[in-house]
Amino acid sequence: MKNLPADSITGASPTAVDFRYYRDPEIFEAEQRHIYAGPTWSYLGLEAELPNPGDFIASIIGAVPVVLTRGPQGALHGWVNRCAHKGAMVCRRQRGNAKDGSFVCVYHQWAYDAEGNLAGAPFQRGVRGQGGYAADFDRAEHGLQKVRVASLSGMVFGTLSDSAPPLESFLGEVMCANVRRVLNRPIRILGYARQMMAGNWKLYSENSRDSYHGGLLHLFYPTFGIYRPSQDSQGEIDTNGFHSLFSVFKSSTAIDYKNFSSEANREMKGAATLQDARVIQYKPDIADNVALSIQSLFPSVVLQQIQNTLAARQVIARAVDQTELIWTYFGYADDDAEMTRHRIRNLNLVGPAGYISMEDGEAVELCQNGTAGSDGARSYVAMGNEGGILLHVAPLGMDENNVRGFWKGYFELMRGWDQVNARP
Amino acid sequence: MPDLDHIRRAVNVLNTEYAHCIDDDELERWPDFFTEDCEYQIIGRENVEAGLPAAIMFCDSRGMLIDRVVALRKANVYPEHVSRHLVGHCRITEVKGDLIRSEANYVVFQTRLDGETRIFNAGKYVDEIVSSGETPKFRRRSCIYDTHRIQTLLVTPI
Ligand code: FES
Ligand SMILES: [Fe+2]
Repeated sequence: MKNLPADSITGASPTAVDFRYYRDPEIFEAEQRHIYAGPTWSYLGLEAELPNPGDFIASIIGAVPVVLTRGPQGALHGWVNRCAHKGAMVCRRQRGNAKDGSFVCVYHQWAYDAEGNLAGAPFQRGVRGQGGYAADFDRAEHGLQKVRVASLSGMVFGTLSDSAPPLESFLGEVMCANVRRVLNRPIRILGYARQMMAGNWKLYSENSRDSYHGGLLHLFYPTFGIYRPSQDSQGEIDTNGFHSLFSVFKSSTAIDYKNFSSEANREMKGAATLQDARVIQYKPDIADNVALSIQSLFPSVVLQQIQNTLAARQVIARAVDQTELIWTYFGYADDDAEMTRHRIRNLNLVGPAGYISMEDGEAVELCQNGTAGSDGARSYVAMGNEGGILLHVAPLGMDENNVRGFWKGYFELMRGWDQVNARP
Repeated sequence: MPDLDHIRRAVNVLNTEYAHCIDDDELERWPDFFTEDCEYQIIGRENVEAGLPAAIMFCDSRGMLIDRVVALRKANVYPEHVSRHLVGHCRITEVKGDLIRSEANYVVFQTRLDGETRIFNAGKYVDEIVSSGETPKFRRRSCIYDTHRIQTLLVTPI
């Protein structure tokens, strides 16, 4: 066994993954228990989406529909969107404001408060002595299932697990620091986009932790001969491997795409020139030297700062081979009209129609299609695996360090499942 | 008093030409449907109704439309497909000098290499058309879509 460097994390470095992890419905079911209902925090939304008492948004933890609310006192609450009576979805809208602060199930009108407590059920005492619940019916025992929620600089997470560590220890210092950095001042929601990919959620999770594909799959920059004015960069993970942070720093050196094109298999076409370069213009947002950050927080969100696009991408595993991305775009509350317009123009780079992001949807689907009939076949994620899984890699690029970190964290959570279901 | 029937006919012709240009994969001609200082966007109905400005495609010059086409041809990677637009009759909402405001429902079907045709995007065009030149052109075209779930990705304009 090789001696690992001091800044690597202990445990195996998975360099191959059986393709059935992307297509086996049994594994998908197990993930619901071990990952999403396990000791993890799932992204629920941004506080800026529910600024006022009574505001709510519908969200999700794994397959479990969850509602995030703001109570009369301004506190955040979360509950599973499943009526304690017959299980009907109580909240039927994506977002809104509950005027009187109550959430009423339409089926038999059980009414809950923002915290999910049962406030009343009609005809609890029956009608003229007939029907109704027993005298010892205790409303306190028939509330909605509560979800622990926690917010970090306005980014809200929830967990179904009592054993999940506090949010900030789950994320780790490095990750928390970047969330605070991006959300350093009040934000303004600019809108949403949703994208459905016919592929497993882990293909997208890997994609957002994969710095290797950037210049090879996304050819917008080289095609238009755009030399990104920076090449100092780094990749980081937390000590469990779950979360990934890519940062690119401002510097004077440029990426040499000429050298790059001889290495890449696909021909670099170059030659084209942007007619309107405002689309890639960058106006520094934060007073530091980070020009780009892509932060993947296990299991369900990517927080990005690419040019002046700011977004949370919620990764929702709808089925073993269906993943939905919900892009929530934002700017800062102190943006003027021109800055907002600039951000909207910059959004051409990202999202479902993004110049440098649309290909990810195609890559996920191609990989999913490739898993068909892959009996025992495995991936090969060994790029740059010399020192095991490293907490810090610089510069970014030709390695799959953070992908291996993801798998290490994933397999540790799934271990119980694997022991029970180990196949020869 | 502008001749509404005449205007309707002209806008329907414009919409038809526009749709065929995209569906016949003559995208290099697509920017010609717009004025130089145009604004083109593809935006979710949920954003429009909530007063939120984020669009998935937003071009506020004809140059940006050209860039979209060049990127599609040379840079972007996407599932091979053809589009088929069905555009409803226009509804003229305002006529003010050379400026026509118009709306039209649309459905875009998409057929990929597997040969299945799927509804890719349904929505409504909300347009500002300038009729001063030789041919009417879009000064503004908003494609406001109901189909919030974009399947895989969107690369071809609507
Ligand atoms: S299911 Fe909700 S009140 Fe009956
Ligand atoms: Fe990518």
